[in-house]
Amino acid sequence: MALVAVVAFLAFGLVLAGCGATAGGAEQEAITEPTGGAMVSATPEAAGAPTGEVTVFAAASLTDAFQEIGAQLEADNPGLRIVFNFAGSQALRAQLAEGARADVFASADEVTMEGAREDGSIAGEPLIFAQNQLVVILPADNPAGVQEVRDLARPGLKLVLADETVPAGRYARQVLAAMGQDPAFGSDFTDQALANVVSNETNVRQVVAKVQLGEADAGIVYASDVTPTVRAEVTVLDIPAEVNVVARYPIAIVQNAGNPTGAQAFIEAVLSPAGQDTLARHGFLPASSGGDQ
Amino acid sequence: MSDWTALAGAVEAKPERERGRARRPGLSPLGGAALLLVLFLAVPLVALVWRALGEPGVWAAAGQPLVVRALRLSVVTTAITIAVAVVAGTPLAYLLARRRFRGKRLVEVVIDLPLVLPPVVAGVALLMAFGRRGLLGDALGAVGIELPFTTAAVVLAQVFVSVPFYVRGARAGFQAVPVELEEAAAIDGASTWHTLRRVTLPLALPGVASGLVLCWARALSEFGATLMFAGNFTGRTQTMPLAIMSAMERDLDAALALSVLLLAVAAAVLILARLVAGRRVEP
Repeated sequence: MALVAVVAFLAFGLVLAGCGATAGGAEQEAITEPTGGAMVSATPEAAGAPTGEVTVFAAASLTDAFQEIGAQLEADNPGLRIVFNFAGSQALRAQLAEGARADVFASADEVTMEGAREDGSIAGEPLIFAQNQLVVILPADNPAGVQEVRDLARPGLKLVLADETVPAGRYARQVLAAMGQDPAFGSDFTDQALANVVSNETNVRQVVAKVQLGEADAGIVYASDVTPTVRAEVTVLDIPAEVNVVARYPIAIVQNAGNPTGAQAFIEAVLSPAGQDTLARHGFLPASSGGDQ
Repeated sequence: MSDWTALAGAVEAKPERERGRARRPGLSPLGGAALLLVLFLAVPLVALVWRALGEPGVWAAAGQPLVVRALRLSVVTTAITIAVAVVAGTPLAYLLARRRFRGKRLVEVVIDLPLVLPPVVAGVALLMAFGRRGLLGDALGAVGIELPFTTAAVVLAQVFVSVPFYVRGARAGFQAVPVELEEAAAIDGASTWHTLRRVTLPLALPGVASGLVLCWARALSEFGATLMFAGNFTGRTQTMPLAIMSAMERDLDAALALSVLLLAVAAAVLILARLVAGRRVEP
């Protein structure tokens, strides 16, 4: 019995050592080169070439675009490694507040970023690096026969949204509310559409999955969620601009970042023309397209 | 495989007689390692309760509709799961313990797989089988049944991942009953049903009960398969674990309240099961 405990404890210790005993998401891997973090505190004039590991906490909707930007940055800077933790913005904020180690935080909305600043998790001023809009998606075979956005209120339709605690869910409800104000939709549109909600997914990518699988008749997601793979399996309905929401994505360096030089390099890469180009290819609107709400 | 039986045995809590060995002062290295492990298991639970007690908002949060509805849904769905386990799982456990039949190995594998499968995989598998576009989706749709996003889907997810725990426990329970006792009862003129009810079941009860507790605990904690197959909707498919996940994103107090509540319920059932099993073993 005691022997079992010893073995279990040893195994557990190894696992702990393996993940560097950091809190947070599933992204951690051991930093094997001890030199990686050591240079960070060194003189600022060495800031030219970022090295070591940069941990980026980013909203789930940024998954594909950020991975591409990260890979490019790594290719341009040998010795630099970008590690991502993608999740709902709120979950990331909570992880940061509980002391998860990260260098960069990119949120899908300004409310969450503001909350993270109030938590004391953010250093410096967040910058808006992208904008996004919502679209309605339907399974390719369109089981409910949805023809237009107004059909979302049809009784019996199965609508899946992101949970209202995550930005995508909050925006979706804002859009439905705005539609209710619009005579073209009718005043009971909002209530009827909300009554059709069968699930509040904790992450916007789960909304896409439920529609892709054909389990839901419709979902409301970011335009950027309709990736090339997804596009083949869903139909996209645009939401009229006058009722749509423009989501602004802020990015910032995390308080007490272990690798501020690397963090700065990543943020610059996201804001660079090449980074903006990558984001645009993934369905984001450029940060500068003045679509203030 | 026998570790499952051992696990079941740990829950059923036969009070082991402690050896009256004189204790030496100080800890041996083995004892130290064991103590560290026990501390590692206990500290997070203590920390959870400690934090919850320290947050004044937690007790108010426990009365929130989100919390109450999640608790009610969890109680109802796990009760149905337990009923399914007893009604369908008991005969299966008995057959596996007592009979040889063709394909028995295959049945055993089918029972064991959900035990080792990550719950998310179970959720995807359930969608592939019972989803609208799943293997049986058309047949179900033809009779007007759509399972995803319903409370029924929550129960199906729980049954899938947890009833195998019951079958394993109950089977071990039946195997612990000497066949000779059943034969003796039969010779004395007892009918098969009578033998089962008066001899086999009472003697198998510790195994059956421990299987039931494990099954219930697994159903109560079910998360991944439920999220995949049943979605997340307050009062309909949002069980306690899903509510904790949602609450973490909005209201730490509610998440803490739900967590402590779940911990308390689980502890209460474990203690109850120990008491019941203890009484049975030493009347």
